[in-house]
Amino acid sequence: MTKNHAPLLDPILTSNPVTLHVLGICSALAVTTSLTTSLVMSAALIFVLSLSNATISLIRNHIPQNIRLIVQITIIASLVIIVDLILQAYLFEISKRLSVFVGLIVTNCIVLARAEAFAMKNPPLPSLWDGIGNALGYGWILLLIGTIRELLSAGTLMGQTILPLVDDGGWFTPLQMMALPPSAFFLLGLLVWVVRTLRPDQADEAQKQEDAS
Amino acid sequence: MIDILLTAIFSENLALAYFLGMCTFLAVSKHFETAFGLGLAMIAVETITVPINNLIFHSVLEEGALDWAGLGEMNLSFLTLIAAIGVIAATVQILEMILDRFFPRLYRALGIYLPLITVNCAILGASLFMVERHYNFSESIVYGFGAGLGWALAIWALAALRERVDERLVPKGLRGLGLAFILTGLMSMGFATFGSLNFG
Repeated sequence: MTKNHAPLLDPILTSNPVTLHVLGICSALAVTTSLTTSLVMSAALIFVLSLSNATISLIRNHIPQNIRLIVQITIIASLVIIVDLILQAYLFEISKRLSVFVGLIVTNCIVLARAEAFAMKNPPLPSLWDGIGNALGYGWILLLIGTIRELLSAGTLMGQTILPLVDDGGWFTPLQMMALPPSAFFLLGLLVWVVRTLRPDQADEAQKQEDAS
Repeated sequence: MIDILLTAIFSENLALAYFLGMCTFLAVSKHFETAFGLGLAMIAVETITVPINNLIFHSVLEEGALDWAGLGEMNLSFLTLIAAIGVIAATVQILEMILDRFFPRLYRALGIYLPLITVNCAILGASLFMVERHYNFSESIVYGFGAGLGWALAIWALAALRERVDERLVPKGLRGLGLAFILTGLMSMGFATFGSLNFG
C-alpha cells in the first residue's frame, strides 16, 4: 500500500468514522429506512466531504485561525445547498423523502471533524482521498443498515420485490418494527458489538477515549 | 397549539424519533449532572433560535417576502440553510456573553456545552422542520420550546439509566457505545407509544 492510499483505505475499515469515532450518527440512522435513500445520502456525503476537504485544504494557509470554523461551515453549507438543489431538480421524490436530512449534512460531525482534523493540516490531494475514504466508510454502514431494514420491513430492495409478501400470496411476513426508529438503534448497537468483538483493539481504544473525555 | 407542544415533546421527539443531535446525545449522557446542564441549554437555545429563524424566513427569505422593496419575484429560500446556521451561531455566542455577564454560576455550570450546541443538528433540524411544516410565529415559539424540552427529557432519562446499569453483566463488546444504542432504542420504543394517544 503506497502512502497515498492510506487516507483512502484507513477510514473504510480500521478507523471507521461511524463505529469507532461515533460521528454522523443522526443521518446514519434516519435515512436508512430504504436502500434507495441510503444510497442517495451516501452519494451526497461523498460529494460534500471530498470537495469540502479539498477546498478547505487548498486555502488552509489563508484562513485566519480564529474565524476558521465560520469559514469551514460556510464552505460546507454552500456545497450542501448545491447537493440539495441538484436533488430537488433531478430526484424530487427522493429529495422529499430525505426531507431535512440533506440540509443536516452541514452539521454532520464527520464533515467538520475531517476538515478540522485532516484538511487543515494536509495538502489538497491527500485531503481529497481522506474525504472520499471517510465518506465511503460512512456509506457502507448506511447501505448495510438500509439493506437490512428495507428487506425485513417490506421484503424489497430499491423497490424490487425480493421476498414475496404473504399479502401477495408469498411466504414472507414483513416486520413492521424494522421501519420504525427503534430498530435502527438496535441494528447500529449490534453492529458496534460485532465490530468490537472482531477487533477488540478498537473497543479498548474507544473505551480509553471515553474514559479520558 | 397544545398538540404541537405535546407531539414535539413525545411522539415526534427530535432525539428518539428523528435521531437528531445523536453525537452529543451519546457522548454527554454518561453523567446525569452534565446531561442536566446540556438539556437546559438545549431548551433555551431552541426556544430562541426557532422563532428568530421563523421571523427571518417569513420576512426576508420566503418567495414574495421582499414585495415591499419591489423585489416581489425574488425567492431566496435556498439561503435558508446558511441563514439558519448563522442565526444559531450568533445566538449561542450572545447567550454565552449574557450568561457570563449576569449569571456567572449558570455559565460555569454549562461550561463547554454552550458552544458545542452550535453544531448540534437537533437545533438546525428544529429550524428546518419549522420551515418545512409552515409554522407561523407563535406556533414556532411553542414548537421550539417543545422540541428542546423533548430532547432534554430524552438525554436526562438516558443519563440516569446509564449511571445505574451494571456494565459487568454486559458482554464485553457491547459495553459502552453498543449498550447506549440499545438503551436508546428501548426508550425510543417507549416514546413512540405516546404517538397513539390523541392529544387533539
